[in-house]
Amino acid sequence: MIPAVLAAAAEGETHNPLIPELPDLVWGAVVFVLLLVFFWWKILPSLKKLLDDRAEIIEGGIKKAEIAQAEAAAALDKYTDQLAEARAEAGRIREQARQDGTKILNELKDQASVEAARITANASASIEAERQAALVSLRAEVATLAIDLASGVIGQSLSDDKKAAVLVDQFLADLEASEATAKKSGK
Amino acid sequence: MIIRLLVLVAIVLFFSLALRKRSIVPGRMQSLAEMGLDLVRVNIAEDLLGKKDGRRFLPLLTTIFFMVLIMNITGIVPLLNIAGTSVIGVPLLLAVIAYVTFIYAGVKKHPGAFFKNSLFPPGVPLPLYLIVTPIEFVSTFILRPVTLTLRLLMNMIVGHLLLVLFFLATSFFFFQADGLFKFFGIGTFAFGIVFTLFEILVAVLQAYVFTLLTTVYIQLALADEH
Repeated sequence: MIPAVLAAAAEGETHNPLIPELPDLVWGAVVFVLLLVFFWWKILPSLKKLLDDRAEIIEGGIKKAEIAQAEAAAALDKYTDQLAEARAEAGRIREQARQDGTKILNELKDQASVEAARITANASASIEAERQAALVSLRAEVATLAIDLASGVIGQSLSDDKKAAVLVDQFLADLEASEATAKKSGK
Repeated sequence: MIIRLLVLVAIVLFFSLALRKRSIVPGRMQSLAEMGLDLVRVNIAEDLLGKKDGRRFLPLLTTIFFMVLIMNITGIVPLLNIAGTSVIGVPLLLAVIAYVTFIYAGVKKHPGAFFKNSLFPPGVPLPLYLIVTPIEFVSTFILRPVTLTLRLLMNMIVGHLLLVLFFLATSFFFFQADGLFKFFGIGTFAFGIVFTLFEILVAVLQAYVFTLLTTVYIQLALADEH
């Protein structure tokens, strides 16, 4: 190492470093031209293409992400709509059910009252019928009694018209009174 | 000039391999290559020149950046040990290329008016042109390439000299000095390592500065008024 350096130093003494040597210039120029060509036609175009490709991919990725986001938002909207719809539907059904329930209740009430009225009517009808029956049998009895009375009256003397008339009047009054009580109790 | 060819092969191999697959999700090597290319593309070209002009000059700027960077790095690569840019050829060549490029950009953008605008900036009182024009001429058309060349060249030469100095001293102290002087070797060796790391920083920084300045010159040439 030392001899080489010393030799170089010795050379430096004899040669001014500011004066270029011809081979130095020539080789430098050759290297420069080759490097320029290399960078100009090979490296920089390929770098440009690389950067373009990368930018394209990144932009593509961003676009894809945006599309996916939009789709997701649309799906969310759809689901929200569906959910609201379902809620409304459920509310409607509940309302319908409540109305139906009320209607059924009212119908049942009506039916019950009708039934009650019918039963009441039946009862009163049968009571009336029984009363009529009682009345009929009573009438028959009254007729027999009247006949008995009449025969009694006829058996007795018919001379005293006044007595007979009083008797008949009294009997009829009794009869009416008894009928009135019977009617009252029947009601 | 074997270093130049090695650099050429290294750059071509690295980028070919790194961008061979061009997968959308980059691997380690591809990430590294993309990081380097993006540094030039976004931070230098597009920031200063805008998207359209940035794309026009991108191949040139990329080439300058990586050529300078890798040739700087060779200064600390074992067995190479000398920066490709520490000989005046490459810095001068690249400076001339930058020079031609920004003049070309200016002439193309403002045909006929570029030199006039550069040498006679509008809005200056007439008598002042006596002073302004020579200054503008010297700074724009003479000093720019010279400073580009010398900044890079001197950084690399000095870095190289420092490293040589430290490691030679280390060698001297270890093998030829007597007694306690051997311990100085440890110090010089440590400094050698530190400066090696520093050289990496300088290598990246100088490549960046060189490219950035070239871009700024192009930008100034493209500007509508200056």
